[in-house]
Amino acid sequence: MTQQETPVRKVPVACTLNGQQTEFLAAPYQSLLEALREVVGLTGTKEGCNDGNCGACTVSLDGRIVDSCLVLAAEVDGRQVDTIEGMAPPHGLHPLQQAFLEEAALQCGICTPGFLVAARALLEREPHPDEHRIRLWLAGNLCRCTGYDKIVRAVQRAADETT
Amino acid sequence: MHPFIYVAPRTLDEAVAVLEQHGERARPFAGGTDVLVQLRGGRFDLDAIVDMKGVPEATTLELNGSLRIGAAVPCYQVYENSAVAAAFPGLIDAASLIGGIQIQSRASLGGNLCNASPSADGICPLIVHSTVAVVRGPQGERRVPVEEFCTGPGATVLERGELLVALEVPAPARGFGAAYQRFIPRNEMDIAVAGVGSALTLDTDGTTIASGRIALAAVGPTPLFAAKASAFLAGKPATPETFAEAGEIASTEATPIGDMRGTAEHRVELVKVLTRRTLAVALGRAQANR
Ligand SMILES: Cc1cc2nc3c(=O)[nH]c(=O)nc-3n(C[C@H](O)[C@H](O)[C@H](O)COP(=O)(O)OP(=O)(O)OC[C@H]3O[C@@H](n4cnc5c(N)ncnc54)[C@H](O)[C@@H]3O)c2cc1C
Ligand code: FES
Ligand code: FES
Repeated sequence: MTQQETPVRKVPVACTLNGQQTEFLAAPYQSLLEALREVVGLTGTKEGCNDGNCGACTVSLDGRIVDSCLVLAAEVDGRQVDTIEGMAPPHGLHPLQQAFLEEAALQCGICTPGFLVAARALLEREPHPDEHRIRLWLAGNLCRCTGYDKIVRAVQRAADETT
Repeated sequence: MHPFIYVAPRTLDEAVAVLEQHGERARPFAGGTDVLVQLRGGRFDLDAIVDMKGVPEATTLELNGSLRIGAAVPCYQVYENSAVAAAFPGLIDAASLIGGIQIQSRASLGGNLCNASPSADGICPLIVHSTVAVVRGPQGERRVPVEEFCTGPGATVLERGELLVALEVPAPARGFGAAYQRFIPRNEMDIAVAGVGSALTLDTDGTTIASGRIALAAVGPTPLFAAKASAFLAGKPATPETFAEAGEIASTEATPIGDMRGTAEHRVELVKVLTRRTLAVALGRAQANR
């Protein structure tokens, strides 16, 4: 780069990650996705497109779902991040995870963590969404294997079972 | 990606100072849903990103008859605010269709405007609402009507050190209604082949149009105000015939190109159809607002 160089130092990030106070160092240009996977070592969050289209990297940031590839790690200092790793209770599975297994809502599984984190956010807001609402809510998540029907059924099943 | 620093100013003055210092090598950052994608795509390099989300003026949504939308307010905060949603359904049309839920958690209408994409969904509804962009720079504040803000694909009136503070949307007059629609080949998560925003204000008789505004997306180098079609509406009866004629006129103001998303001819037809449809929705909203 010919232009004047600004020294780029790593920045400390302290956030609540899956309920636990966590501190790490990230490059200021590093995405939250990359920091989660490569700095913190939580590889459950997946990279599909790295440009906001596929939703594989979905995490919850202060209770809202975001594409972690389009968030800078430096931004989450002082905030609450929840990833797929925090979803299951200590023993067993989250009802959505169980429903995905029972409905065979995954094949290669790359999209699954993103779908689960996104679907959880929906059910927390609206415990009984109809099919249209589920499809609309999950429009930011792509799956190249399942054809979506099984995913939608799994979300409906989890909603029915957690009345 | 060229390494850049992350700056999180707490005041507008601080943000302006960083932007002025770096010039083209720094950019404001709201949701990042355009700028991070463009950086990764190698469209440009930056030395600094200036996160506007710590600046109070850029993050507040204020409804006081008129609406002030901080430049970095994410779309979901606009459409989840029930008072805003009730008073400005034409803006909600756009805020709720930009990207999917994950994108809407981050993407701002301010970023949508400053990114100046010809196909941006947020800009036409702002134009038909006669929105003013509040700009702050080294020389102080200036106000720019949204229809004059974009100067070409990805280009705006912003000068070195300037940033968008907020969007000021005037209080809708009695009998005002607005709507935005776009055409995409999918149901969601796609870029507009064409988009139209329309607004009209009904006369006290409830059937004559006192004034109207029409704006077009993805049919020119920037989202554009269709001046002739807008002027045509004044004094006309609010009927399907009037709306169809407005669509014909608007289609002559469009200067579309053909690309992978659609041919120029297709886009011209879409302008006619979407103008009719958005005027019909705007009429319904105008009648509900009398
Ligand atoms: C998957 C996906 C789907 C999308 N779908 C749509 C869609 O349906 N319709 C649509 O219109 N767009 C869409 N977009 C594009 C994008 O989400 C929108 O344009 C969004 O509104 C940009 O807002 P932002 O806050 O993320 O902007 P940012 O990326 O933060 O900023 C965008 C540009 O504006 C500049 N900027 C930001 N804030 C300021 C400020 N205060 N002052 C001066 N300049 C500023 C930045 O420097 C940058 O150049 C999509 C993007 C993705 C990734
Ligand atoms: S990897 Fe983030 S949306 Fe695809
Ligand atoms: S299971 Fe393979 S992408 Fe969804």
